[in-house]
Amino acid sequence: MPSKSNRILTMSHAIAEGIANEMRTDSSVFVMGEDIAAYGGIFGATTGLLAEFGEQRIRDTPISETAFIGAGVGAAMAGMRPIVELMFVDFFGVCMDAIYNLAAKNIYFSGGNCKVPLVIMTATGGGYSDAGQHSQTLHATFAHMPGLKVAVPSNAYDAKGLMISAIRDDSPVLYMFHKGLQGLAWMASPEKAATEVPDDAYAIPLGEAKVVRPGKDATIVTLSMMVHRSMEAAEQLAKDGIDVEVVDLRTLVPLDRATVFKSVAKTGRLIVVDEDYSSFGVTAEIITSVVERDPSVLKAKPRRLAFPDIPIPYSRPMEQFALPNAEKITEAVRETVKKGH
Amino acid sequence: MRPTRDQLLWMYSAMAKARYFEDTMAAVYMEGKSPKFDIGAGPVPGEMHLCAGQEPCAAGVCVHLRPEDTVTATHRPHHQAIAKGVDLKKMTAEIFGKKTGLAGGRGGHMHLLDPKVNFACSGIVAEGTGPAVGAALAAKMRGTKAVAVSYVGEGAANQGAFHEALNLAALWKLPVLFVVEDNAWAISVPKSKSTAVADNSVRAAAYGIPGVHIADNDTLKIFTAAGEAIDRARAGSGPTLMEIETYRYYGHFQGDPEVYRPSGEVAALKAKDPIERLRKEMIANGGVSAAEADAALAAARKEVDEAVAFARQSPYPAPAEALEHVFA
Repeated sequence: MPSKSNRILTMSHAIAEGIANEMRTDSSVFVMGEDIAAYGGIFGATTGLLAEFGEQRIRDTPISETAFIGAGVGAAMAGMRPIVELMFVDFFGVCMDAIYNLAAKNIYFSGGNCKVPLVIMTATGGGYSDAGQHSQTLHATFAHMPGLKVAVPSNAYDAKGLMISAIRDDSPVLYMFHKGLQGLAWMASPEKAATEVPDDAYAIPLGEAKVVRPGKDATIVTLSMMVHRSMEAAEQLAKDGIDVEVVDLRTLVPLDRATVFKSVAKTGRLIVVDEDYSSFGVTAEIITSVVERDPSVLKAKPRRLAFPDIPIPYSRPMEQFALPNAEKITEAVRETVKKGH
Repeated sequence: MRPTRDQLLWMYSAMAKARYFEDTMAAVYMEGKSPKFDIGAGPVPGEMHLCAGQEPCAAGVCVHLRPEDTVTATHRPHHQAIAKGVDLKKMTAEIFGKKTGLAGGRGGHMHLLDPKVNFACSGIVAEGTGPAVGAALAAKMRGTKAVAVSYVGEGAANQGAFHEALNLAALWKLPVLFVVEDNAWAISVPKSKSTAVADNSVRAAAYGIPGVHIADNDTLKIFTAAGEAIDRARAGSGPTLMEIETYRYYGHFQGDPEVYRPSGEVAALKAKDPIERLRKEMIANGGVSAAEADAALAAARKEVDEAVAFARQSPYPAPAEALEHVFA
């Protein structure tokens, strides 16, 4: 048996453990959503919680996202700290009013006189042929809305620490985990998404990006699954003597522009990689943030790699054609470095 | 269940205050909007939805509530806010967009939110139903005796959010009273052209909960039915759906041409004004003297006048205060 301090956990278990840590010490924390009790969440994020905390605090809901997200807001304003699960982020269409007109705006509508400590956790991402209503990431859709914090972990350690911060935050937090990072028995997952996870409750502040690989020749700014694809690319490029720095944003709101800029100022080259749709998204925001601050740090034009502006196709060759991957990232970095002399 | 003398006076006072507030706001709203009407002009810009005629729905229910109980209200929220005990000066200042308002001018008349008395409203039809269920869930989980009242209009009874919330509240047996204020008009569309049933209270059967219909804007009948429903909720017996046939004297919003409205409708409604009916009833059978009623009326008007004066005299926020309070 490994000791608890250096256990390797999957991201799904790390999320569930972060929730459990907070539930043990704060009786106002509870979870509701579809299939989150006996099933443990379709993507495992509430595994084991029903057995420990019981059905009063781990509540299966009807398929009524508008009602239970709205109820989450009402409970949060009444002093609870609810975590609600929106099974697939794609399902936001049936409950977006409760998210962006209600959860995201009530603090403002109260002039800062109320708190809305609500976590909406939701599964994102494609790559496994689940087609256009079960594969989106929609990072930009939510990061665009004022009033929502947005956390997007890429690995188990960050997932737990960000979940604990999200629960403790007095503002609504959208917590987006990629299905393909969860370490599920039935879906492929990058090996490095599972990490050592301390068993105590630790918090990773919202708004701090992390340099996950230091380098000097180019900066890749990315998040979620694309952190892993970018790291694969960086390893490949290292063999050719191209030393890439990889920045994992970890949260989109607040956005750690300082860490991004510092990295780009050092390397002079910027490639942004996102699984979300290309136009009007994270890629544009990051590039603009750098260019607005000081375009002279760039030795080459910035590049973005993202999902083309099409619904996510079902057929494997079409979806894989559209998704950013290590090969595309490698090529984009090579071109950027070549042009930047 | 019959109201006590104090409850009668309280309801009369709350209704008179709401009516005088609305009639005052109707005049204030037109300042700066003539000769040419411009919705963005004057001391109170934007949309303005006035509730005159609907006061019994607020007073007859909220008389049973305590500060720890939650009310979620609609885009037509003034009577409900007043009856729930929202600070009238801060509420009025908010409607004027002033720094001293509930939200420092960030929300305006459709977004009155006062955590001190657990009151919120919303400009989105049926949006408040979910939060009321959540407040009731919090009360149940914490073992308090607090209840939640969710107000919607009859148009909202055709929204998915309304039905999801009813089901969830019934499923979890939560202390919620859903109040449908049927003022006959969803902007311009009459209930007969929007709703498959004539009486929304029958929809309670779909969720296995009691449904109550109150005819003719009757304050005392609302008092009794709401009291029973709220007692039932506090006792842990679950939610109730109540529909109240009420009246809307003004248009959907100020400036509404009301082309859809039959001539004479408003005059006929005003002839059976609920505030006058309550006044007669409480003097005839409630042990309240005319002098006491007059004093309550005068006090209510004074409070409104003072609130409007406070709002007028208050400063506007510094423009850049717009950037504050996005997050807690």
